[in-house]
Amino acid sequence: MTSRKTVLVLGGSSDIGRAAARAFAKAGYDVGLAGRDAAALEPDAADLRARYNIEASTLVFDVLDTASFDGFVAGLPALPDVVVSIIGLLGVQPNAESDLAHATTIMRSNYEGPSLILGLFAEKFLGRGNGTIVGVSSVAGDRGRASNYVYGSAKAGFSAFLSGLRARASRGGVHVVTVKPGFVRTKMTEGMKLIGPLTVDAPVVGDAILNAVEKKTDVVYVSGKWRLVMLIIKTLPEAVFKKLKF
Amino acid sequence: MTLVSGWGRFPVVDSEVLRPRSFEAVGEAVVTGSVARGNGRAYGDAAIGAVRTIGMTGFDRVRSFDSATGRIRLEAGVLLSDLIDTFGPRGFLPFVVPGTRFVSVGGAIAADVHGKNHHGEGGFGRYVDSILLRTGQGETIEISREQNSDAFFATVGGIGLTGIILEATMRLRPVETGWIRERVISAADLDAAMRALEAGDSATYSVAWIDCVARGNDLGRSLIYLGEHAAASELAEGADRFPVGKNPGLAVPIDLPSITLNRTSIRAFNELYYRMGARRAGGDHVVSLYPYFFPLDSIADWNRIYGRRGFLQHQCVIPERGARAVLADILDLVAKRGDASFLAVLKKLGHGDGLLSFPLPGYTLALDFPVKGDILNFLDEIDRLVVAAGGRLYLAKDARQSRATFEAGYPALARFNAIRKSLDPAQNIRSKLSQRLFDEV
Ligand SMILES: Cc1cc2nc3c(=O)[nH]c(=O)nc-3n(C[C@H](O)[C@H](O)[C@H](O)COP(=O)(O)OP(=O)(O)OC[C@H]3O[C@@H](n4cnc5c(N)ncnc54)[C@H](O)[C@@H]3O)c2cc1C
Repeated sequence: MTSRKTVLVLGGSSDIGRAAARAFAKAGYDVGLAGRDAAALEPDAADLRARYNIEASTLVFDVLDTASFDGFVAGLPALPDVVVSIIGLLGVQPNAESDLAHATTIMRSNYEGPSLILGLFAEKFLGRGNGTIVGVSSVAGDRGRASNYVYGSAKAGFSAFLSGLRARASRGGVHVVTVKPGFVRTKMTEGMKLIGPLTVDAPVVGDAILNAVEKKTDVVYVSGKWRLVMLIIKTLPEAVFKKLKF
Repeated sequence: MTLVSGWGRFPVVDSEVLRPRSFEAVGEAVVTGSVARGNGRAYGDAAIGAVRTIGMTGFDRVRSFDSATGRIRLEAGVLLSDLIDTFGPRGFLPFVVPGTRFVSVGGAIAADVHGKNHHGEGGFGRYVDSILLRTGQGETIEISREQNSDAFFATVGGIGLTGIILEATMRLRPVETGWIRERVISAADLDAAMRALEAGDSATYSVAWIDCVARGNDLGRSLIYLGEHAAASELAEGADRFPVGKNPGLAVPIDLPSITLNRTSIRAFNELYYRMGARRAGGDHVVSLYPYFFPLDSIADWNRIYGRRGFLQHQCVIPERGARAVLADILDLVAKRGDASFLAVLKKLGHGDGLLSFPLPGYTLALDFPVKGDILNFLDEIDRLVVAAGGRLYLAKDARQSRATFEAGYPALARFNAIRKSLDPAQNIRSKLSQRLFDEV
């Protein structure tokens, strides 16, 4: 057994997941990478071991398979110090408007699954008396927009879950972080028109997550500019907002 | 289609850009007219596919690292900046680094890049033991000096034309610190500069920055920077063994109008630069590796200084014998013209390893010129001097040399072409550069 701290990254194969895993490994954490295809995560685990001389392992985790969650947590070799959920699915809004199955998958991937699994970890962490939970939500959850409200509403639900969990868990020594990246250059956003000055690279988000955990921040807008942008967007009266095209 | 260009932002051409996420997807992405692209630091058209450009920076994983020997296996998209930041603090640096750290391992192999230590330690390829190559024919092969050695020596310096480098195994240099013990020598003219570089042959690192506006008696006046890796015992009390590399903070936000760079502003800058350097000349001092190796990296997007039309870098190497006279002629033409870069780089090179590796024993001179007026004709004129002297131009910097200049400078070309043909009979791998300089029309 090492005395190093451990982090479990749910959604380890995403660009932000890889970046977060690197940030934690660099800081000396042992890392568990969880995703649907554990074999596909092995090269990333090897990368972490080679770079930072830490332990890295891979685990199978499917956010839509909520029935497996109890078994997943029970089956962990040890309860991690930090658990980070990077899981999310942007989906295709126009499809989600008519295809209920697609809308359901977006909602479940962004709200139901991440909330349930982090809630489960919170219970364990509260039992132990410490731990940190990180949920990567989105600025899209701050206000529903015509162009992506299926995704946005699920993120809104997730953000609300995290803030409630934070209020409750903080009394038991457990810290909850909500991360709201704005535009991030990743495979999810590839080909989309992103606004340059408001866009960051995945490693910036990875570092921000680590930083929030170590500094015990509650809510992080990865680029400070987003806090202002979303403040404006949130305060626009509905009558004005519904006329805007975005 | 997307408009793509190299670091010099000239030429700007159409090519479809793909960023595959797996090695299988790389294979599937190759159509006739494809070439790999690393971090796009080649100046001209080397990293632009004739039809399709395959971006490789997503492949940034380290496969394994042996902290006893410094042997590392990694994917081709890992940037040298990443390697330095990750393994520097663990006591290892790349053996060879170019003047910017924002290049990928694949790009560094494909250009067989040279650093300030080429005269003594050779190029990037010398420290590469083996390469996993995806050929244009669709095979994935492991190549090394022993195994498929033809393909290996064609790939090192082969400017992407033998196929797509997926992974490489190489050796890193053990270092005690991330600091360099530097000595600055001021040289009043070209002769003094060449003598100082000659004397600096025994130094691990050496390079000269030439003031290429200076004329007459001052022609070739320069500052020579010699460097050695500093031992831990040479560091100031309490200094970190490894300095922190800051990300480029200051960025050039817009394309500056080309008027900013004129005779007067360049002359003023150079005068200041030379005097400041000359004041530091003499004794040794210890500097962080970042400003020592990568002086330009502190300003992001500095290529925009040259304005919207972009700029050209002209980098030639002249064989040692007779180099002095040719360099003087070139510098004289450049000084008379007066719109070249503030600073030119002069350095000694040794033998190159790959068939198309740029270095040969002699002096290399690198100059930047904004794209305007009759610059293309002017550079053709310089090329004639280079060719007559038995020299050549660096493909990773080139955007405009003629076929004749290229063919005269690279005598191993026929052999290279034969190997390329055997790896890729249909010639699926083609860049804008290869269309310009290699491929049958
Ligand atoms: C400021 C600055 C300073 C420089 N200083 C030096 C110097 O001191 N010495 C020096 O030698 N060079 C120098 N260079 C040039 C630079 O080192 C080379 O152009 C290098 O090849 C750039 O690497 P890249 O990853 O950006 O590759 P790119 O520019 O994207 O590509 C360069 C070439 O490599 C090929 N390539 C890239 N990746 C792969 C791959 N995975 N498989 C196969 N082929 C691939 C491309 O097809 C292309 O032909 C400098 C460049 C700049 C901008």
